[in-house]
Amino acid sequence: MKRTIALAAAALMGTTALAHAEGVVNLYNWGNYTSPELLERFTEETGITVNVTDFDSNDTALARIRQGGHGFDIVVPSDTYIQTWITEGLLQPLDPEIVTARDNIEPVFVDVPFDPGREYTVPWAWGTTGVIVDTSVFDGDINDAGLILNPPAELQGRINVIPEMSDVMALAIYYHGGERCTTDRDVLRAVRDTLLEAKPHWLALDYGAVDSYVAGDFAAGLYWNGASMRVRLQNDSFAYGYPVTGYPLWMDNAAVLADAPNRDNAMQFINFILRPENAALISNFARYSNGITGSIEYMDDVMRDAPEIDVPAELAAAGRWGQACPQDVNDIHTQIWTEVLQ
Amino acid sequence: MAEKGYSVRRLPGFGLIAVLTFTMLYLPIVILVFFSFNAGPSQAVWDGFSLQWYEAAFQNRQVREVSIRSLWLAATAASFATVLATLAALGTTRGGRFPGQTMIYALINQPLMVPEIVTGIALLIFVAAIKVQTGYTGMGYLVAAHTAFCIPFAYLPIRARLETLDPALEAAAADLYASPVQAFFSITLPLLVPGIVAGFMLGFVISLDTVVITEFVKSAGQDTLPTYMLGQLRRTVTPEMNAIATLFLALSLIIVTAFFLITRTRGR
Amino acid sequence: MRAPLFRGHGWKWLLCAPALTVLLLAASGPLLIVLVYSFLSPGNMGGVVWEFSTEGWFRVFFRRDIFEPDLVTWNQAHLAVFWRSIWLSLQTTLICAFLGFPTAWFIATRPPSTRTVWLFLITIPFWTNLLIRTFAIQEVIRNNGTINTVLMRLGVIDSPIQMMFTDFAVLLGMAYVFLPLMVLPLYAAMEKMDFRLVEAGYDLYASRLMVLWHVILPQVKPGFIAGSILVFIPAIGAYVTPRVLGGGRTMMLGNLIALQFGQGRNWPLGAALAMLMLVVVVGALVLYLRAVNRMEGARRG
Repeated sequence: MKRTIALAAAALMGTTALAHAEGVVNLYNWGNYTSPELLERFTEETGITVNVTDFDSNDTALARIRQGGHGFDIVVPSDTYIQTWITEGLLQPLDPEIVTARDNIEPVFVDVPFDPGREYTVPWAWGTTGVIVDTSVFDGDINDAGLILNPPAELQGRINVIPEMSDVMALAIYYHGGERCTTDRDVLRAVRDTLLEAKPHWLALDYGAVDSYVAGDFAAGLYWNGASMRVRLQNDSFAYGYPVTGYPLWMDNAAVLADAPNRDNAMQFINFILRPENAALISNFARYSNGITGSIEYMDDVMRDAPEIDVPAELAAAGRWGQACPQDVNDIHTQIWTEVLQ
Repeated sequence: MAEKGYSVRRLPGFGLIAVLTFTMLYLPIVILVFFSFNAGPSQAVWDGFSLQWYEAAFQNRQVREVSIRSLWLAATAASFATVLATLAALGTTRGGRFPGQTMIYALINQPLMVPEIVTGIALLIFVAAIKVQTGYTGMGYLVAAHTAFCIPFAYLPIRARLETLDPALEAAAADLYASPVQAFFSITLPLLVPGIVAGFMLGFVISLDTVVITEFVKSAGQDTLPTYMLGQLRRTVTPEMNAIATLFLALSLIIVTAFFLITRTRGR
Repeated sequence: MRAPLFRGHGWKWLLCAPALTVLLLAASGPLLIVLVYSFLSPGNMGGVVWEFSTEGWFRVFFRRDIFEPDLVTWNQAHLAVFWRSIWLSLQTTLICAFLGFPTAWFIATRPPSTRTVWLFLITIPFWTNLLIRTFAIQEVIRNNGTINTVLMRLGVIDSPIQMMFTDFAVLLGMAYVFLPLMVLPLYAAMEKMDFRLVEAGYDLYASRLMVLWHVILPQVKPGFIAGSILVFIPAIGAYVTPRVLGGGRTMMLGNLIALQFGQGRNWPLGAALAMLMLVVVVGALVLYLRAVNRMEGARRG
């Protein structure tokens, strides 16, 4: 028996170990979010190879890093999660000796509530969650959350909603005039009733839906701006609206992990993506803005003046940063969400 | 014995259903392959022939890495699982019931009964503790997790096969003074080959499919094809994915064909 | 040395030991952690706090009204999800059996030389990853997909049939994905079947149906049982298929559990739900195996 265990252990240990060699940095990022060209340029410039590992949600990433023993250097969480990452000591402050280009961050993105003064994080990409509408099906005002939450007859049964509980709840709460993490029962009751009534009119709750919009399976939906732009580039009858009652803003941020095995290389990478010509590569790949001053100069033509990227001035105020709600509030949201999807 | 008398083997309607089943199985795959050659970015609208998505896939270093890692992991885990499952199947089907048998069944089948997400979370906590203690972050954890997950899938067909084997054959061997080990290698094992092949293949397929467990167990730089694709789920699936799938299909086809040819010439 | 080793039961344990070691280390052991977690309190942003609590289990079955916390009712949202998962999985198993039995039979009755080729053919689609296969199914049944396009070209229908995002789509997807898990064990059992018994049946002027029922089915039963278990269990925990083909409109159990471990950030509730699912599956399995053993006992005794 002992021998069996010893043999099994030997067999397990004998397999490849992860390289901790000089000249490596391990990036833990959202899937399909990292421009290969960006990595190539970084390697050309510094000789450091970048290994990318994907995650599919903020919660997966957080759970993964929390448990330790992961071997990653850089992670790219969303704004609402950054506070948790920082307070739990999972990130380390950026090294001013190596990260020298912090001035390149657009001023509005420096003193952000989740990381005032940008001590830990730098912008990777940011965007909005709004309403995408096929204007050949519906020709009214598209800056309206009601298109999703109380859909007009022509859109009923042809709506797709991204299956992000926090985004959907936020949209519905703003629609009823509440704050993101409100505990106001009247608002929450109205939110629940609205969602329960709206849900039969939704055809799907699906992420990878660009194709379905282009093909005309969906006529409207709650969607991210970059993805909406990709829809419009293939089918110009689609337009992107910013609900006047309020819509979520989000930003994914790169940060160096507290126990990063390749700390200095990671800091170099952070500094690298702060340069406008490099940040532009991130945007060209994923079609989102990046929050770096001057990077628009280096972006593809389709990115400039795109209505999905340029928020109209009169609607800019309606965009609101997310917030991680306290456990009891999140719990109520989960219950409502479960009831809606039962 | 079963070579003659074809009529007794014919059951009306069965052939038709079988043909329908094969059609149903292949139609989506054919469409998938078809659109991997699409010139446009869509999976529904045909814009003409192009190899651009293959080029894109080939130039994608990450795609190359995750594909190789997936195949290596599946082959390793399925091999381990098949050997372990064959031993266990022999232990549980030969020589009558014995104390603790039910417990062994329960243990072997346990990975089947637990949803992947639960095993994933459980392994995450467990494996992370070991990683912190030992500092070892290699592929061993994924191999162990996949092997455990593949064992019941490999075990069931092997056991089903063993149960339909005639124990009289082994008894006859024993009467001829063959040791149990000799009897196993000259009588049981050759007859068991279809079960073992089925078991290995099931294990291989299951390992290739295992998304959630891999997602939670993997360390830096250990993405497999499924976790890579899961990461892409939030974005649009382009024909690049079709191209990767097609390549993957072709590659595994070559491996399986070779594997089949070998077992066929040896087994019979 | 040979004799004592093979006389008692010890050698059986010895043969099982390697498999059991791996399973205990990488499957059963970690599961205990989930059991423990189901009795803890949810942590901030996921995870757990080490305080004993039965709230997770309470919430599986009951709910306090969000707006009137004193009002406690059955948690019918959870029960509805549970029921849907069981029902869809049963249907999936039946569909797989209906398609899988004739297919396995078809393969098993080919001449031995071509048999492996057919077996090979049935497994080829399954060398493709589950996500890819699910997306492939989507291409076939979507509104602008193959079936609708062909039917509309032929003039059979005027507007596309909505197949995506329905229970039908989920069933089709699961049957498609899990079918080989039914065919392979069935085939393994059939391949070794004694066809002399079938001939004997016909010699006694039994009809095809009677032969099928009394001669063939009893012989392939181990394969059937293996296949049903292999299909039912992944089906009940399915996560990807309902999410992609069901459009995420309605949850199955796997999605509900994933929600609690993810955006819901209530790990104890998720752990309790997972444990309950385990209980249901084990219960079904025990009943099933007991029924089978009884039948076999009756036949042999």
